[in-house]
Amino acid sequence: MAVIADWLVQGMQMALVLIVAPLLTGLVRKIKARLLRRQGPSLLQPYRDLHRLLRKEVVLADNASWLFRIAPYVVFTAIWVAAALVPTFATGLLFSWSADLIAIVALLGTARFFLALAGLDVGTSFGGIGSSREMMIASVAEPALLMAAFTLSLLAGTTQLSAIANFMLSQHVGLRISLGLVFVALLIAALAENARIPVDNPATHLELTMVHEAMVLEYSGRHLAMIEGAAFVKLLLYASLMACVFAPFGMAAAGDGPLAYLAGIAAYLVKLLLAAVVLAVFETSIAKMRVFRLPEFIGTALMLGLLGTLLLFVTRSL
Amino acid sequence: MVLSVLLRAMAAMALTGVAVIPVCRRHGTGPWVYGTVLAACSIAFAAALGHLLAGAAPLTLTLPLGIPWLGAHFRLDALSAFFVMVVNLGGAAASLYAIGYGRHESEPHRILPFYPGFLAAMNLVVLADDAFVFLFAWELMSLSSWALVMAHHRAEGTARAGYIYLVMAGFGTLCLLLAFGLLAGSEGAYTFDAMRAGALPVSLQTLVLVLVLLGAGSKAGIVPLHVWLPLAHPAAPSHVSALMSGVMTKVAVYGLIRIVFTLAGPPAWWWAVIVLIIGGATAVLGVLYALMQNDLKRLLAYSTVENIGIIYIGLGLALAFQANGLAVGAALALTSALYHVLNHSLFKSLLFFGAGAVLSATGERNMEHLGGLIHPMPVSAATFLVGCAAISALPPLNGFVSEWLTFQAILISPDLPQWGLKFLVPAVGAALALSAALAAACFVRAFGITFLGRPRTPRAVAAAEIDRSSRGAMVVLAVLCILAGVLPGLVVDALSGVVRELTQGSSLPAQSGLPWLSLIPLSEARSSYNGLILLVFLTFTSTLIALSVRRLASHEVRRAPAWDCGFPDASPTTQYSAGSFAQPIRRVFGHVAFRAVERVEMPEPGSLQPARLHVHLRDLIWDTIFAPIQKVVAFTTEHLNGLQFLTIRSYLALVFGVLILLLSGLALWP
Repeated sequence: MAVIADWLVQGMQMALVLIVAPLLTGLVRKIKARLLRRQGPSLLQPYRDLHRLLRKEVVLADNASWLFRIAPYVVFTAIWVAAALVPTFATGLLFSWSADLIAIVALLGTARFFLALAGLDVGTSFGGIGSSREMMIASVAEPALLMAAFTLSLLAGTTQLSAIANFMLSQHVGLRISLGLVFVALLIAALAENARIPVDNPATHLELTMVHEAMVLEYSGRHLAMIEGAAFVKLLLYASLMACVFAPFGMAAAGDGPLAYLAGIAAYLVKLLLAAVVLAVFETSIAKMRVFRLPEFIGTALMLGLLGTLLLFVTRSL
Repeated sequence: MVLSVLLRAMAAMALTGVAVIPVCRRHGTGPWVYGTVLAACSIAFAAALGHLLAGAAPLTLTLPLGIPWLGAHFRLDALSAFFVMVVNLGGAAASLYAIGYGRHESEPHRILPFYPGFLAAMNLVVLADDAFVFLFAWELMSLSSWALVMAHHRAEGTARAGYIYLVMAGFGTLCLLLAFGLLAGSEGAYTFDAMRAGALPVSLQTLVLVLVLLGAGSKAGIVPLHVWLPLAHPAAPSHVSALMSGVMTKVAVYGLIRIVFTLAGPPAWWWAVIVLIIGGATAVLGVLYALMQNDLKRLLAYSTVENIGIIYIGLGLALAFQANGLAVGAALALTSALYHVLNHSLFKSLLFFGAGAVLSATGERNMEHLGGLIHPMPVSAATFLVGCAAISALPPLNGFVSEWLTFQAILISPDLPQWGLKFLVPAVGAALALSAALAAACFVRAFGITFLGRPRTPRAVAAAEIDRSSRGAMVVLAVLCILAGVLPGLVVDALSGVVRELTQGSSLPAQSGLPWLSLIPLSEARSSYNGLILLVFLTFTSTLIALSVRRLASHEVRRAPAWDCGFPDASPTTQYSAGSFAQPIRRVFGHVAFRAVERVEMPEPGSLQPARLHVHLRDLIWDTIFAPIQKVVAFTTEHLNGLQFLTIRSYLALVFGVLILLLSGLALWP
C-alpha cells in the first residue's frame, strides 16, 4: 500500500510539473506585458500553442536524419525527468535518491547535447550559429551551476536535493555569505540556461537573438511542440530549484498524507507566482547583451560559485 | 595458474608477431593474425577478470630469463589484474575491429609483425615484478608502437610525429630508469618486493616522484609533456590509434600508480598538490586544444590528454587523502580514477574506431571535408554518438559515473587539514567542471560536423558503411559504455579489491547488495546515484510521451526543402563548419590559452575579391618549452658541425688538448 502511495505521489509530481509549466511561462509573459502597459496574451495561450502545434503536420527538411526526429523526444524526456527529480511540493519522493543535484545538472546537459546536435543536423547556417553559441554559453553556465551545487552540497553535507531542502529548513542555517553568492550565481546561470534576457530573448521569433530560437528554427508541428514544452518545463525546473533551495517553506515530507501535500502544492504555486513576478520585472528592466559580453556575465556566476566553494573549504561557518 | 595462463597468452601474441614475418606480405594473412590475437586477448581478459572478481591472493612467478642472477619476476595482484583486463579488453576490441578494417591496409607488412608484439609488451609491463622486466617491456611497448606509428611513413607529418615520439619515449624511459635506480637503493635490489620493503629518505622519494611524473607522465600525455601524443596517435592506423590512446596511456597510468602508490613509500601531502595541478591543467588545456582541431583523429588524441587529466585529478585526491590518513576519501578518489581508466579505454577506443570507419569510408580525417555521414553510415554514427555522449559525461552513460565519483571525492575534501589543499581542491573542481562542459561542446562539434548536416565534398557523398566485424567491435564497445553507466555498483565492487590493495585495506562499501543496484559511495544521506533507475525512468517516460503523441497528435510528415528562414542556400559550404563552430569558444578562451588573433580582410567596396578571415593560434607550450630546446640543439649541432671538416693537424691538436684537460682534471681531483 505504501509503495503504491509512493508511486502515486511521484506520478503526481510528474503530472504537476507538466501541467503547471506552460502556466508559469504564460504568467511571465502576462506580467511582462502588463509592465509594458500592454494587454498581453491570455494565461492559457501557451497551452493553446502546444495544442495547435500538436495538431499540425511536421515539415521535415529533405536531409533531416533520424537524430533530428528523435531529438525532441530525448530533450523533452530528459528535462521532464530532471524536473520530476527536483522537489516541488514534497521532499523525499520515491525516485529522488536515484539522482542528486549533480546528476540533475548533467541530465540537463544531456538535453542540451541533443538539442545542439539537432541544430546541426539539417545543415543550415542558422542551426549552426544557434548550436555553437548555445554550447559556448553552456561551457560557462554549466560549470557555474556545478560550482553553485558544490557550495550547497558542502553547506548541507549532501548532494541530495531533498536533504538540502531539509537542511535549509533547519534552524542552524541563518544568513551566510556563501548562500548569498550561490543565490546570485544560480540566478545568472538560470537566466543563461533558460535563454532569458539578458542572455537571449525568448519573445522574438526572429533569428536575431541567434541562440535558442535559431537552433530550433527547422522544427515544426509536434516536434516543435515537444521542444517548446521542454523549454516551459525547464523554466519551471529552475524556478522549483530556487524555491526548493532558498525558500523550502511549506514543503511536505514523504508520507505526510494528502492534506500536507495539498498545503505543499499551494505553497509551491505561491512560490512560482513570486518567481514569475521577479523574472518579469528583471527582464523588463534590463536590456539584452551582445553575445560576446555574455561570457563575462556568466563568468561572474562561475566566479561567485567558486568563491562560495572556497569560503566553505576555508571555514564551514561562512 | 592464472598467471601462467596470462604469460602463455602473451607468449602466443609475441610468437604470432614473429611467425607472421615471412608471410606478412601475403594477401589474407591479416584476419588470421588479428583472429589469433583476439583469441589470446579474450583468454587473458577472462583470466584477469576471474582473478579480480575472485579477490584471490597475489600470484608470483619467476622465470629464468633476463639478467642471469636475477631472473624475470612476474606478479599478478588486483592492480595488475585490473590493468591486464583493461589492456586485453581494448586489445580484443581492436583486433575484432581490425579483422575487417585491416583489409583496407595498403602495407599490412608494416603493421602485422608489430601489432601482436605491442599488445604483448603492454601486458608484460603490467605483470612485471622487477625493474628490469618492467623497463624492458616498457621500451618494447614504446618501440613497437613507434614502428606502428611509422606504418604510413610516407604520409605527410608521420616522419616528424615518429621522430618526436621517439625522442619523448627515450626521455621517458630514461627518467623511469633513474627512478628505478633510486628505488633500488645502494644494494641494487631490482625486484619490486625489495623496493616495497625498503624505505627511502624523503628527498629521494621526492626525486622518484618527479622522475616518475616525467617518465610515466610523458607517456600518458600530461601537459606540458603531451606534445608527441596528438602527433603520434593519429598517425598510426586507426585500430592502433585506439590502442595507443585507449590502452597505452592507461599502462602509463599504471606505471604511475604502481610506483607512487606501492613502491615509493608513504606519500607526503604536497605530492598531491603537484599531481592535482598537473591534472587540472591537463584536463582544461587538453579539451581546449581538442576544440581547436579540424582533424578528427587529432581531436580525439587531444581529448585523451584531457581524460588523462581527469584521471590524474582522481589520483591526486587519493594521494592527498592517503597522506592524511583519510582512508575512506582515498578509497573514493582511487575508485573514481580507476573507473575513469576503464571508461576512457572503452569510449576512446570506440571513438577511434568511428574515426577509422570515417577514414576508410571517405579517405578524409579533416572534418571540414566531411558531413552528412549519418545517412550512409547509420551504425557507425549511432555507436560514435554513444561514445560522444559517454565522453561528454552525460547520464546515464559511463563517463558521468566516474566524474560524479570524482566530484563526490572533491566534496569530502574540506576534511583535509592543509591550507594549500583547501585552496587548490576547489579550483581543481572548477577545472573539472569546466573541462566536462567544454568536452560536451567539443563532441557536439565532432559529431555534428562529421556526421550531421550536408556532405561538404564528393568523397563524403560517396561514403558507405564499413564491414561487419568493425561494426561489431563498435557495437560491443557502445554496449559496454552503456552497461558501465547503468550498473555502476558492479564496477565499483569489482574495483574494490584493487582499491583495498592500494589503500591498505579500506574500500568503498559493497554496492551489489544495495536495493535497485544503486550507487552509494559513502552514505545514503550524503549522495546516491542510480543509473539503472534513471535509464528505466527515461525509457519509460519517453515511451509514454511517444505513445501519447502518437495517439493525440497528428501523424503527418511532409518532406520539404530546409526552411533556413526563407533563404536556403543550395551550397553545402554555407553550413556551419568546424572552424565556425569553434569560433565563439575561441573568442572566449582562445585569447588567453592560444593568444588567438583573428583578422578580417574586407575587400574594397566594388571589388569582387572574397572577404577572408585569418585565424592565428599559437601553441604556447611548444613555443615556450620545446621550441627553445629545439633551437639550442640546432645551434649546437650547427656549430659542432665544423668538427667534421678539420685538417689532421687540428684533430691531433684537439686530441692532445683533451688529453691534457683530462689528465689535469685527474691530477686536481682530491
